Amino acid sequence: MKVNKVYSYWLIVPAGLIYVLLFLYPTAVSFFFSFTRWTLTEWEWIGFDNFKMFFEEPSLMIGFKNTLIFAVLTAGLKVIIGVFLAVILISKIKTKRFIRSTVFFPVLVSTIAVGITFQMLMHPSNGLINRTLELIGITGPDWLGNPNLAIYSIALVDVWKGVGIATVILIAGMMSIPKDYYEAHQIDGGTSVNAFWHITLPLSKPAINAVILLALIGGLRTFDLVWAMTGGGPGFSSDLIASIIYKQYQAGFYGLSTAGNVLLFILVACIVYPIFKFLTRKEVDL
Amino acid sequence: MAQSLEAEQLKQGKQRKHVVQILAEVIAVFICILVFIVPFYFIIVTAMKTGPEAAQLSLAWPAESQLWQNIVEVFQVRNNMLVTAFINSTIITAVSIGILVLICSMAGFILQRRKGKTIGLLTSAFLAGLMIPPAVVPTIWVLEQFHLFKTFPGIILVMVAISIPFCIVLYTGFIASIPKEIDEAAIIDGCGSMKLFLTIIFPLLKPIHSTVIILQSVQIFNDFVHPLYFFPGSENATVQLTLYNFMSMYSTDWNLLFANILLITIPPFVLFLIFSEKIVAGMTAGAVKG
Amino acid sequence: MRGKKIVSLLICVLAFLAACGGNPSSNEEDTAEGSTVTILIDNGQNALAGAEAIAEGVKEKYNIDTDIEVRPGGSEGDNVVKTRLATGEMTDIMFYNSGALFQALNPSQHFLDLSEEDYMNSIQDTFKEVVSDDESIYGIPAEASQGGGILYNRAVYQELELEPPKTWEEFMENNEKIKATQITPVVAAYQDTHTSQIILLADYYNLQLEDPDFAEKYTANEKKFVDTPAAVRGLEKIAELYENGYYNSEASSTSHTNALEMLATGEAAHYPILTGSLTELEKNHPDTIDDIGFFGIPGDESEVHGMTLWLPSGFYLNKEAKDMEAAKQWMAYAASPEGVEKHMEAVKPNGPYMVDGVELPVDSFTAVEEMNEYVEAEKTAPALEFVSPLKGPNLEQITVELGLGMIGPAEAAEKYDRDVDRQAQQLDLEGW
Repeated sequence: MKVNKVYSYWLIVPAGLIYVLLFLYPTAVSFFFSFTRWTLTEWEWIGFDNFKMFFEEPSLMIGFKNTLIFAVLTAGLKVIIGVFLAVILISKIKTKRFIRSTVFFPVLVSTIAVGITFQMLMHPSNGLINRTLELIGITGPDWLGNPNLAIYSIALVDVWKGVGIATVILIAGMMSIPKDYYEAHQIDGGTSVNAFWHITLPLSKPAINAVILLALIGGLRTFDLVWAMTGGGPGFSSDLIASIIYKQYQAGFYGLSTAGNVLLFILVACIVYPIFKFLTRKEVDL
Repeated sequence: MAQSLEAEQLKQGKQRKHVVQILAEVIAVFICILVFIVPFYFIIVTAMKTGPEAAQLSLAWPAESQLWQNIVEVFQVRNNMLVTAFINSTIITAVSIGILVLICSMAGFILQRRKGKTIGLLTSAFLAGLMIPPAVVPTIWVLEQFHLFKTFPGIILVMVAISIPFCIVLYTGFIASIPKEIDEAAIIDGCGSMKLFLTIIFPLLKPIHSTVIILQSVQIFNDFVHPLYFFPGSENATVQLTLYNFMSMYSTDWNLLFANILLITIPPFVLFLIFSEKIVAGMTAGAVKG
Repeated sequence: MRGKKIVSLLICVLAFLAACGGNPSSNEEDTAEGSTVTILIDNGQNALAGAEAIAEGVKEKYNIDTDIEVRPGGSEGDNVVKTRLATGEMTDIMFYNSGALFQALNPSQHFLDLSEEDYMNSIQDTFKEVVSDDESIYGIPAEASQGGGILYNRAVYQELELEPPKTWEEFMENNEKIKATQITPVVAAYQDTHTSQIILLADYYNLQLEDPDFAEKYTANEKKFVDTPAAVRGLEKIAELYENGYYNSEASSTSHTNALEMLATGEAAHYPILTGSLTELEKNHPDTIDDIGFFGIPGDESEVHGMTLWLPSGFYLNKEAKDMEAAKQWMAYAASPEGVEKHMEAVKPNGPYMVDGVELPVDSFTAVEEMNEYVEAEKTAPALEFVSPLKGPNLEQITVELGLGMIGPAEAAEKYDRDVDRQAQQLDLEGW
């Protein structure tokens, strides 16, 4: 009794108040306004019309496909490359500080700046990437101008920018694995490759899970990189749900924009929650 | 004899291993430079060039460095808009971080220490925020109700609100590693909850404060989307919005665009230099029990 | 609240005194002298230079200061304007598009009726029509008009001995000859998506010739793009240029600025765009600006060949202007031939002015002179966006898809109809 009195609920109130007022409350009302035609001052109930519009319009639906591709691809690559880098960086190599700093550095640069830089680097004829490829006799593609390729090119840039943070989380996870496990393994005559599969990987699972979830959630919700690099184009080919929400907002379609928000919410919940449950259950098994 | 041969072989093997290791390292460093350093080098040389030189998009070193002229010019564009933007972004970042550190460590402390159904529910309500995409237009609507749309308090509160879940995760994770006995000693001394927190717990959170400060201030300073929605208007420019607007303005003057990029990357970089060692430390501590 | 009332009361009293005074003009100058007018303009270079020129003139003549505030352009800027009007934070004078966009602001609620002002007599009717509602006129032209059509490189034409086309067929023949010489026939600058819609929008002159009541029926939801062949024709033109390989190869990575450069250097022969770009063209390529000519999007018959006109943005007077007298003087000056000439000194006109008694300067752009021929022959029509409030926000993305061959004209028409449908439903337009 006394203990709970010392841990007073009052200390949660400031954070709680801001969070409820500017996060949970808008989320809650978004469910209502997604069924309306809305001018911010007036609204009119129009039932499922906004959602119907979303599902019937290919240029809106493409956002779902792209968002899934983008989120899964970036999360997957960040984990794979991140694990690879983390293993290298916890080993005894001499250049680890250098590599760690360079890999982490893009995290510090703003997404818009990264987008602009890579827009230049990916220019089809003048860009550094294609000119380098040309040196070895490859004609590089039009990275951002080819509608079938644009979203993948942007995903690669996102991995470039975000792999540093994934690596840091994974390093933190791997460093907290007790040394005795490796010593025991070595005494048993195990190779280092074996050690990776049997010790490092399973025991850094919490960190890996954190990376997967953070990357997935991030990938599903962002659009700033797309906005800086292609504006969703060519045509609608690299639009994400979040960029579509922004475009509807820009056009003054507040109801439709909010319906997009609700759909994004549902999509995130449907993908992330089961994965979260699945991953944490596995953790308990260990 | 046989023994020494074996030792020799072992030594040779070790040496060979050593060579392979060095070779692997060289390759790793080379790839690192190619993939991560070259783009930054590109930013820097482009920022140093004249307009026509920059238009070639090459890595060549400029004939003569124009960096200072470019920076001066970037600052002067549109009545020193970039200066306004720097001031605005700094205010938003600093105040948001101040609020976040205080309120999230407080909340994290209680959420970690108390047990029970209510607290579980509260915790999951906060955690849900990690997943839920912020509802954009309704947030604008709420801000307008309080006359906070396009104001500093408005954008700051929004930044705080969306960052609360992640900060609370970091704090609860770290607080779990602080033994409860410390609290108990204070309780016996008759400390109230606020005093206990401020005088005893808060100072112990230094490593995780660093983590929160660097991660969140980089996030907030570099944020583009939320100022775009909640803090529009030319007088309200933030550095990222300014950069975005310059993108179309400078469609020929890439040297200026990249001088701008260089400038706005400096604050996060300085922060990183100060706190870099502490990021991993804070996170490792959190990860152990979190 | 009370403060506002007192201010408006004071304004009423001042206005009354001004009206009663024996010599109104000198009286006006007395009351307005030393005051400041606030004005909100968009972030285009021309808008700022123009507003500054008028501000300078007003300062010299009436000693009125002008506080110019710049807002973003495009739909982002529309939002700024709408919000500021709604919250009562609008400046004394506003620079904004004329036509449907302006009408969507609900002008009678926010802006002062200018129809009784003397200077209204000298403003051309075509312009007045797009800044009025049933009873009142709210705006004066804030800049020159623009033509929508094709800028072409006359040097290339001369070298290949080509004639500016008067029909689409002739245009395509020219393109074929140009293509044979390694010169890019038509530039597509799809990195700046808004440039992709010009061919369609500028084809409206041809559309309205064939189907004069299209705008009205289209606005009333009685006609669609997809079932109006003359409307689809504009989309087909974009597609035909793609199908014949007349566009540049890196369209998606080509910006508007790149396109102007290609045109100026003769790397490309045609660039479909508004003549408003001439200012930028002159700034970046002063040596070749006289090589650049203009023709409207060609239709099917040479006798009726004409062009689509983009009417200028207007200055509008806020009903709640803080210093009404000074603001009125500002407007009167901007609409006077003196003000227009001051404006033209700062911003070389990209088309004819809509004010009588003002002639194009002798050193006008060649393209503007060629454009003026259409105006003098009365072969112009205002663009669709000035006569109908319908403009789907995704048109530029759809025309990019069309110009890159990702979809065909029929699909583009369908897509655009749906886009407009969405706009009409979301904004709750009448008849939809």
